[in-house]
Amino acid sequence: MSLAAEEIALIRANIAKRKRGDWLFTTLGVLCLVIAFATIAALFADMIITGWDRLRPEFFTAFPSRRATQAGILSAWVGSVLVMLVTAVVAVPLGVAAGIWLEEYAPNHWLTDLIEININNLAGVPSIIYGLLALGLFVYSFGLGQSIQTAGLTLALLILPMVIVATREAIRAIPQMIREAAYGLGATKWQTIRDHIIPYSMPGILTGIILGLSRAIGETAPIITIGALTFIAFLPPSPITDTAPFLNFEWLKAPFTVMPIQIFNWTSRPDSAFHQNAAAAGAILVAMTLAMNALAIWLRYRLRKNIKW
Amino acid sequence: MSSLPAAPASRPISDRLAKRASRHVKERIIEAILFAAAAISVLVTLGIVYVLLKESFVFFSQVPLWDFLTDTQWTPLFDDAHFGIIVLLSGTAVSSLVALLVAIPIGTTVAIYLSEFASPHAREIAKPVLEVLSGIPTVVFGFFALLFVTPLLQRFIPSLPGFSLLSAGIVMGIMIIPIVSSISEDAMRAVPMALREGSYAMGATRLQTALRVVLPAAISGIAAAYILAIARAVGETMILAIAAGMQPNLVWNPLEPAATITSFIVQVALGDLPHGSVGYNTIFAAGLTLMIFTLAFNLLGFWLQRRYRERY
Repeated sequence: MSLAAEEIALIRANIAKRKRGDWLFTTLGVLCLVIAFATIAALFADMIITGWDRLRPEFFTAFPSRRATQAGILSAWVGSVLVMLVTAVVAVPLGVAAGIWLEEYAPNHWLTDLIEININNLAGVPSIIYGLLALGLFVYSFGLGQSIQTAGLTLALLILPMVIVATREAIRAIPQMIREAAYGLGATKWQTIRDHIIPYSMPGILTGIILGLSRAIGETAPIITIGALTFIAFLPPSPITDTAPFLNFEWLKAPFTVMPIQIFNWTSRPDSAFHQNAAAAGAILVAMTLAMNALAIWLRYRLRKNIKW
Repeated sequence: MSSLPAAPASRPISDRLAKRASRHVKERIIEAILFAAAAISVLVTLGIVYVLLKESFVFFSQVPLWDFLTDTQWTPLFDDAHFGIIVLLSGTAVSSLVALLVAIPIGTTVAIYLSEFASPHAREIAKPVLEVLSGIPTVVFGFFALLFVTPLLQRFIPSLPGFSLLSAGIVMGIMIIPIVSSISEDAMRAVPMALREGSYAMGATRLQTALRVVLPAAISGIAAAYILAIARAVGETMILAIAAGMQPNLVWNPLEPAATITSFIVQVALGDLPHGSVGYNTIFAAGLTLMIFTLAFNLLGFWLQRRYRERY
């Protein structure tokens, strides 16, 4: 059987060749991952290195200026915070309520199907289309103006599908026996939801809200469309006042700018001194969204770890 | 017993039941409120359709649909106005194509690697880090494309202009990688283990199993991922508005600057157009075109995903 030795050698060579294929693909896979990670690293490093000189406390307390070295992001970050406030106040109750209805109440018929398909589709609509909706409907039909309330509403509608989907997933993870136990003690449906379903699904819902807000805070296109100004050297009226009733809602109607628009504005100027400002503001914006994403991932991780039904 | 006065029929029998009855009303009201919240999403869609159709109707009453589809010039804001949407479509198509040439090979490789090769531990780390890519604001990606990637590319292609579809498309593609990789990976992980075990039992290697068993089995889910990636690329706005330039050229060459549907809308919105002018209506006609394309891609994607879900 002298042939056998040759055959074994052939088979071994064949196996070795195929294993090399495996090894090559593993290398390729790691390489592709590295491309993705390197982009993140390069982007972050580029922002910080370019913008380092501008990352000073004054940058946060100065208004935009025609002189690049004196310009800051005060009006932009205040605008972002106020717009996010409106977005959260609108999107969270609406999204959570819609999620609860779809998961706990929705009857099995065409209307439910229609709402579900519709939410899936809305999640795929490009954000600039929401900008056109806001321009046509909020700004001109409803007369809300090019204001903080319009921007907040627009972004709220944009992230609504995210909040709804997260709420539904969090609720779906709660076992049926929790509901049965509550009903068994005589609770009504709403009492069961209010005292059990909502508290237990809170981490999941929060994850969705945070991810939604982190998306909204970086969105530029829908806000440019409604006509946000790019140069604002004043702040909206303060929400808290000295005299009764101590709350003031004038700021809702104020013109505004937000971080991404300020970055866009500085980026599109030819002067490279402004690009430094754009990089510094970009680093801050990326850090903010990353922090929010990290918080969401941590919440999801904790949720998975702590709850054993 | 009979001396007790008979209770009026409408009066509840006891306090506890009275509370019950009011609770019932409250339950109905709460259900109605929750339903109203869910129904708002339908109103949003109706609002989008209404706004786009209404303003586009005004547009098409001034510009013939035929011109819109066949004209090869796009100069809506000039005195000699031309409205050839094909110009914006060419920019959109070229930039999306570049993005997909980046996102699909890399995204698919990453998905195969994470689903079939990587250890669970590596996957746990790689997935959230990849998700960071899709969480970075697009305006920052635009800055990165214009001031980092373009100068980098100009070292290899000295003739590359400061604004180009190529550099915007590449960055857009990297941004889309997580969409391709995470949906494809979910699809591949849903392939039953028995198929892989059968393949290994026949002596196949991991790569052979991945490419010839798992990939074909998950093909409709992967196709859905690709289609969602296309929809995302077509609708992406800020990277293009910043790094691709905003000149409406009829181009098929990614080395040139060009405007896309989305970047045109941004350009017009920045220019403070008077409400009701033709230019104002033009962005809604462009938006309607964009909406039709993304809707078609999204529906196709969902259909594929649903079809694939039913298979196992």
